[in-house]
Amino acid sequence: MAEIQIKNVAKRFGSYQALRDINLTIQDQEFMVLLGASGCGKTTLLRIIAGLETATEGEVWIGGRRVDHLPPKDRGIAMVFQNYAVFPHLTVFENIGFGLRMQKLPNDEVKRRVERTAGLMHIDQLLGRYSGELSGGQRQRVAVARALAMEPDVILMDEPLSNLDALLRMEMRAELKGVLAESNTTAIYVTHDQVEAMSMADRISVMHQGKIVQAASPIEVYRNPAAEFVAGFIGNPPMNFLPATPAGDGKWTVAGQILDGPSRTTPLHFAIRPEDLRPADTGLAAMVKVVEPLGAHLLVTCSVDGALFRAVLDSDLTVRRGDTLTLAPQPDRVRWFDPETTLAVA
Amino acid sequence: MNARVLPYVLILPVTAFLCLFFLYPFVLVAKQAFSTGDGFTLDNFRQVVGYWKFPISLQNTLLLAAAVVPVQLALALLMATMVNKMQRGRDLVLYVWTIPLGISDLAAGIIWLAIFEQSGFLNSMLSGLGVVDRPVNFLSYQHPGVVFLAIALAEIWRATAIMLVILVAGIGLIPKEYYEAAEVFGASPWKRFTRITLPLLRPSLQTALVLRVILAFEVFAVVLALGGTLFPVLMSETYAYQFDLLDSGAAAAMALIILAISIGFTLIILRALRVPKGATI
Amino acid sequence: MTTVTTDVAAPDTRRAGRYVYIAAVVLLCAWVLVPLYFLLINTLSSPETVNSFPKPFIPEFDLGSLGFFAGFAGILSALKNSILVAGLTMIMSILIGAPAGYALSRFDFRGKEAFRLLILLTRAFPLPLLALPLAVMFIRTGLDDTVFGLSLVHTTLAIPFAVLITFSLFSGIPLELEEAAWTLGCTRLTAFTKVVLPLILPGITASAIFAFVISWNEVFAAAVLTIENRTLTAFLLQNLDTSPLHLKFAGGFILVVPALIFIFAVRKYLFAMWGIANR
Repeated sequence: MAEIQIKNVAKRFGSYQALRDINLTIQDQEFMVLLGASGCGKTTLLRIIAGLETATEGEVWIGGRRVDHLPPKDRGIAMVFQNYAVFPHLTVFENIGFGLRMQKLPNDEVKRRVERTAGLMHIDQLLGRYSGELSGGQRQRVAVARALAMEPDVILMDEPLSNLDALLRMEMRAELKGVLAESNTTAIYVTHDQVEAMSMADRISVMHQGKIVQAASPIEVYRNPAAEFVAGFIGNPPMNFLPATPAGDGKWTVAGQILDGPSRTTPLHFAIRPEDLRPADTGLAAMVKVVEPLGAHLLVTCSVDGALFRAVLDSDLTVRRGDTLTLAPQPDRVRWFDPETTLAVA
Repeated sequence: MNARVLPYVLILPVTAFLCLFFLYPFVLVAKQAFSTGDGFTLDNFRQVVGYWKFPISLQNTLLLAAAVVPVQLALALLMATMVNKMQRGRDLVLYVWTIPLGISDLAAGIIWLAIFEQSGFLNSMLSGLGVVDRPVNFLSYQHPGVVFLAIALAEIWRATAIMLVILVAGIGLIPKEYYEAAEVFGASPWKRFTRITLPLLRPSLQTALVLRVILAFEVFAVVLALGGTLFPVLMSETYAYQFDLLDSGAAAAMALIILAISIGFTLIILRALRVPKGATI
Repeated sequence: MTTVTTDVAAPDTRRAGRYVYIAAVVLLCAWVLVPLYFLLINTLSSPETVNSFPKPFIPEFDLGSLGFFAGFAGILSALKNSILVAGLTMIMSILIGAPAGYALSRFDFRGKEAFRLLILLTRAFPLPLLALPLAVMFIRTGLDDTVFGLSLVHTTLAIPFAVLITFSLFSGIPLELEEAAWTLGCTRLTAFTKVVLPLILPGITASAIFAFVISWNEVFAAAVLTIENRTLTAFLLQNLDTSPLHLKFAGGFILVVPALIFIFAVRKYLFAMWGIANR
């Protein structure tokens, strides 16, 4: 049982505020992904949970125990590092068994656990090798096996797949998800790759400038971004934004079109995902700038009222540069944001 | 232990050691140089500078440095670039070239003595070739030029290796792409050397020159082994004050003069070869 | 026509350049090795040959000079002193210097720049000169003319190198490895002994050997600080004008040999050590 609670955590490096007012609860056995661009504070937060970094303010609780003053070894965690940190002077066997040896477990227990986790990660053939004789993917597996062998309450992963090539990354993604689900541990996973986040997470915490902007399930983050940052960060290509002026009675003027929206009197931003647009008789007038056929569909970059606007359309359509399309947004997928606060408006 | 205290605990031994055996004796030597027993005085400096051997030893030291350091720099650069593009035998050649690194100035002096002494190898060769009938006593007052040459050769032989090592290490840090890019843009090998290697090597050149120039002012045992008292230098005069004349005040003053010259040259080198901020590799 | 001639000429110039290059390498190797060879001839010749003229250009493999050297009064104890001083210097400079190198590579702390400056400053000083005031201080504390006293001075000489070299060695070990050890149940100390130390040991050995050579070769401070307990360098320097040629050459040879072996032992590290140490 290991629920993680982060209460009012802040971190300053000199005058630089890396994290501010972080509050987050991660359920037992939940797979939580911390997602954000580089420099957003996600790795710092992970390292504070691990005990590799001390928070300037706030508390960290793991499994109902306050741990922020404990060294990493006493927190019941295991960690997978970005560059794997496989010890070069030890064999794969001794690497996986390193933590167990530190706990002074008897030899046969070490052997049993090392062999079991090595089997789980399909590296049983490599136990006698040194790190220099392994490929990147194999090192990755050793690093994960080493963490799993500890049978930790919490497993922390810092961009573990970022150094693998695309194909291997996809393969490891699925495998890691399966192995972790099996192991019943709570997992925190740091990444800047939204596909990884979407495909693996139970819940995603999107971070920006040292703050958690939204913590929700992947589909929620995708469908109902809590702020413009999330809307612009998640999804490839990201959401389109257009300025909207109130026309009274919950009606809004967007690029000359009248659309239904929330009843507010101050200007808002209208937002729609590129895949939620259809060519229709009435809609936004879009002047086509670039057409990119992507096989399954067509990515069309246009200009709507002078603003950049993307649409993902059926690849059977014939669209050429210079055409003017009329694009109708799917009404239940339209979102609105307050330009003052950048937050979503219901 | 707390990560805030730990670094200080770790540097404490070195700091204490250097305070006791570096800063404190430095203060002592300064005090000794500026006093003759009753208060502050420049008498020691007046005395050593006024001594008839001082201008000669200063001149000798500077001349030797001026003759040796540029040759060493050129030689080390040449060797470093040669080694850099070597494919086979690189390790062996590098080892051979760095051998003198482990050889003391005294040993180097003795080695070159074997060549230049009256019954030495130079005379043996010259007489074998019929150039001279009788062995010449090269290292005597009749041949001051040869004494200087012998000392300079021994110094070049001994202390080029330290520059070589620093420069080879420095060249190793320059990414190969820069050369490839320059080659694509049509730079000749010589242009690549002057436009890429030299500027990017500036930090290493700095270190190598500072270290080498300081060592050049400390030159001592080579000179004693080859020239004896024929070729006074600053360091040998300091030694003479301390031991032959038992005047530690004067020795201290000499030490400070050597120090001042060393610092002066260090600052000049650092200034001349400074790297603009952000222009590092 | 012109294209044909250049086609023929180009490989020729290239081959000629290659010969010049090889010749230069060989010449420079000879420049280093031939003087050493002359010393070897003198060492392996009888005292009579060493003092005779002209010199043979091949050694006669006579151990007379070396025998004379070994039998010369005081020389064996000087040799012993040299080894003791160098050994002590080696141990002290690593024990004192390595922790500071670790601190520099792993921590950001107030005063770090000032500390680095202190270290770099010592390199810009003609350090042996400090032996002069230390001589007075040592007489007061009873350290004068002792192996330990001299090794303290030599440690001062070697410590800047020890700190900078270990700093570069520690910087070569990713912090991630240590952090991984911490998360796997290690304290700072056990992570150091189980992970960092095994990885760094060859490099530490190399820098220890370097410290040994620095002390072994040092002349000025050794001559200033010892009278009865002379090191080999100080002994040879003291007797330069009185000792016979064959003694000088045999002594020079004994000075050179360990240094050659040690430089050979650490050759792999020389460049890595200097590469980062000069930043």
